[in-house]
Amino acid sequence: MDVLLLARLQFAMTAMFHFIFVPLTLGLSVLVAIMETMYLKTGKEEYLKMTKFWGKLFVINFALGVVTGITLEFQFGMNWAEYSIYMGDIFGAPLAIEATVAFFLESTFLGMWIFGWKKVSKKVHLFAIWMVALGTNMSALWILIANAWMQYPVGYVINEELGRAEMVDFGAVVFSSYAWIKFCHQLLAGYTVAVFFIMGISAYHLLKKQHIELFKKSFKIAVIFALIVTIAEFFVGDWHAYEVSKVQPTKLAAMESLWETSEGAPIYMVSLPDEKNEKNYFEILPIPKLLSLLAYHNPNAEVKGLKAFDKSERPPVLLTFLSFRIMVILSFIFILLAILGYYYLKKDTLVNKTWFLKLLIYFIPVPYIANHLGWIVAEVGRQPWIVYGLLKTSDGISINVAKSQVIMSFTGFLIFYGLLGIIDIYLLIKYARKGPVEAV
Amino acid sequence: MNYETYQILWFGLWGLLWAVYFMLDGFDLGAGTLYPFLGKNDKDKRMIINTLGPVWDGNEVWLVTAGGATFAAFPTTYALMFSYLYTPLLIILFALIFRGVAFEFRGKNESKSWKAGWDVAIFLGSFTPALLFGVAFGNIFAGLPIDAEGYHGNLFSLLNGYGIITGLLFVILFITHAALWISIKTTGDLSERAKNLSKKLWNFELVIAVIFLIYTYFATNLYNNYVGQPLWFIVPVITVVALLLIRVYINKSFVFAFFASCITILGVIFTGVIGLFPNLIPSSLDTAYSMTIYNTSSSHYTLKIMTVVVLLFVPIVLLYQIWNYTVFRKPVTEEDLYDPESEAY
Repeated sequence: MDVLLLARLQFAMTAMFHFIFVPLTLGLSVLVAIMETMYLKTGKEEYLKMTKFWGKLFVINFALGVVTGITLEFQFGMNWAEYSIYMGDIFGAPLAIEATVAFFLESTFLGMWIFGWKKVSKKVHLFAIWMVALGTNMSALWILIANAWMQYPVGYVINEELGRAEMVDFGAVVFSSYAWIKFCHQLLAGYTVAVFFIMGISAYHLLKKQHIELFKKSFKIAVIFALIVTIAEFFVGDWHAYEVSKVQPTKLAAMESLWETSEGAPIYMVSLPDEKNEKNYFEILPIPKLLSLLAYHNPNAEVKGLKAFDKSERPPVLLTFLSFRIMVILSFIFILLAILGYYYLKKDTLVNKTWFLKLLIYFIPVPYIANHLGWIVAEVGRQPWIVYGLLKTSDGISINVAKSQVIMSFTGFLIFYGLLGIIDIYLLIKYARKGPVEAV
Repeated sequence: MNYETYQILWFGLWGLLWAVYFMLDGFDLGAGTLYPFLGKNDKDKRMIINTLGPVWDGNEVWLVTAGGATFAAFPTTYALMFSYLYTPLLIILFALIFRGVAFEFRGKNESKSWKAGWDVAIFLGSFTPALLFGVAFGNIFAGLPIDAEGYHGNLFSLLNGYGIITGLLFVILFITHAALWISIKTTGDLSERAKNLSKKLWNFELVIAVIFLIYTYFATNLYNNYVGQPLWFIVPVITVVALLLIRVYINKSFVFAFFASCITILGVIFTGVIGLFPNLIPSSLDTAYSMTIYNTSSSHYTLKIMTVVVLLFVPIVLLYQIWNYTVFRKPVTEEDLYDPESEAY
């Protein structure tokens, strides 16, 4: 294995590990804030217990999200120095802004929130959790502005003399349509993780017939949210693919495994790419013109196939294709389960639907998987570019770094992250099972 | 303002962000280092980490911001510094990961071995970064072996005499800082022991600081800037005065002694940073390969944008962080620890 592949695998591994914790943080921060708001509005102890129960799980999860995030910041310099030199003038800014406007906010106020139950007034305490929610969600915005720029570079010029890209229009970078679509897409995906997390753990307690009122209420908040976010994600996802088709035609072609450029391109319900022979093994059940319609909002539009691009400019097709497919299928299942959950809750038969509650428990990891698949589409689909159209991934790696260093750090990450992951999941399960602390 | 003014401004901000990080996380790292020695029993240990509970995370963000600001303002320095100092930074990273998680997870299980394991993580996760940050900065002050072919050092070449002295300086600065912090933020026997310890540590702090200042003359070119502009000598002078004031105030007001310690840490970093100017990382082989504010900075436009962002948001950050410190200004009490409804570590 060469240094490049090792460095890529390392980035993928550390970013994905970090991303086990982020989506839940995004959604749970908002939901816990809503619960505490309801406590202040109604004055009911039930909501306080709820806030504390979900808040504890939030904190356990948050700790790992924070510490594993620093790894990524370090890695840009450690393994990707050439990338950082070439892009730092633009890429560094949103990263620094993320720390300044978002990280301080979330971490300072989380400290106040965890330790401040008896030190600040109820209103200040509520303010603190909303600041945490605002901070986490804003951090998503800034990091996605940075990532969107790698997908769709805007507002820059190339400085030939210094051999780097330079920012000339901050507004274009910040208000890049790609960034805001990605932001919406990711927020909804994060909220989806959080609502299925709450529904799954609530289902566990409802099955055990314990703390029924509290978990029915939790379930209700989550399922209403689930309906909104899963259905909204359907539209945002479509909007995102539309944007990709405009600015990243190779990614779109790989997502659908479309080899030949064609007008009025269909989507095959079942197919499988054969990269070697530049075709699909089979293509079954076509829906005519759907791809043209989705990609360009015009049923007869021409969609560029993979063969229209040189082999050296195509992303890995199979991985991009499968990740995209499975993500889309999962997103439909999310909508279905949200509707079903809402229906059972309304008819007040939820507690009796043992099969459904059991399913929800085992379903907790699935939205996480969907999140990761989405990022595989985004990042693998962008290959061979580290910045689409500007810089190849192979040109972004540090020159000075020895293979032994990358192997050593990779091994370290695997061991430590494995250990931390196991401990974190153990604690989450322990506290999720334990249920709420009885108020004194 | 012209380009050069922005580059100089950002050099100052770069130094300031690191200095504030060390001033704040300094007592976290120091407390974690003193933790096994001052924490005689589980209650004392919990006391110590609960003094850090509401603030350590916000303190650590100063590191992320210092890193991010280096990336935004001096991307080439950022990239080369992280790829050259790969191994020490990796060790610091692992240490900080375990320290943060240890604070959070230690109290989440009652088993003895669980707690003992996290105790080790807290100590190593605090002591190691304190030492290695010092080693890294010492080597930056002295210059790294960089030439046309790149970097010629490794972890072991960083562990030279001057690097180690700077590492020890950081450790002693932080643990004295932390002893003062713990004595303010706890009560009773623990506070008393921290107080006595701070007096002893201060003697070592003075000795190591003197060795550092003399060694700096032989190992680095930092004093050249001071000879050229003697007015700057005011910074190391203030630093030394602050260091002496710690001892003066230890018997009168611990809060003042702690503030004097804050000034000392800020002063040490600025003493080094002023000596570095205009280098961010000097080359010890050939000054043509030094990374300076002129040959590694971002464009004029990006520096302008970042200046606006920092001037707008850092004061807000300071306001709410100070607010957070005032909310938790009182010492940690036993009630805080044993209240079943509290979320203490």
